[in-house]
Amino acid sequence: MTVPVTIRLQEADFDVAREIAALSRGRTDIGAVVSFSGICRGGVGGDAIAALTLEHYPGMAEAEIARHAEEALARWPLTGLTIIHRFGRIVPGENIVLVVTASSHREAAFQGAEFLMDYLKTHAPFWKREEGGSGTNWVEAHDRDDTAAARWSKS
Amino acid sequence: MKVLYFAWVRERVGKAEEIVEPPAAVRTVGDLIGWLTARGDEYAHAFDTPRVIRAAIDHTHVKPEAVIAGAREIAFFPPMTGG
Repeated sequence: MTVPVTIRLQEADFDVAREIAALSRGRTDIGAVVSFSGICRGGVGGDAIAALTLEHYPGMAEAEIARHAEEALARWPLTGLTIIHRFGRIVPGENIVLVVTASSHREAAFQGAEFLMDYLKTHAPFWKREEGGSGTNWVEAHDRDDTAAARWSKS
Repeated sequence: MKVLYFAWVRERVGKAEEIVEPPAAVRTVGDLIGWLTARGDEYAHAFDTPRVIRAAIDHTHVKPEAVIAGAREIAFFPPMTGG
């Protein structure tokens, strides 16, 4: 059976519960669903932000996410997968990204979701700009994200 | 070939995309960065720390050694911060 895969890039917000339900509705082969939601933080004090604006590379973003989805399906026995990434202006409290993985058992669902998030952060062509009290700044990449992605590399 | 710029690379260059015709001696992505850098201060500013610049050829990540012959679209951007 072909594993149902949904990949969407969109400006609008999404409903996490509805996406999970859509993935598992009418199926009796799924024993585990893991979902990860990335949410815009408001920051505190001098680091408070009014909003994030996400720029992306149309065409490549879809292609890169699809490549990682294929790799996740090849590495773990997933039975369903949904990836949604927003672009445009996002205010604190709103969703940025969603990864939902389904499998017969929890291990594949947990690992697949974690793998996908680590790769989305370091390889999917999106860039965050923060609107703060002192103007706007591009968010800097963290070494820890590269380290997190590198642990999935096969040696 | 078409060259695209994103995030602060785009802001520094002052444009999102352009068509360029580099000479044949410009073989790799790294060569192209060097050639673009020599085109003006805005490019020199965008590429002043080449090791942080990421590149993609036709929607696939590549290293500076990648050969650009046959490329339709080459993109330059900072390390990604999505997710």
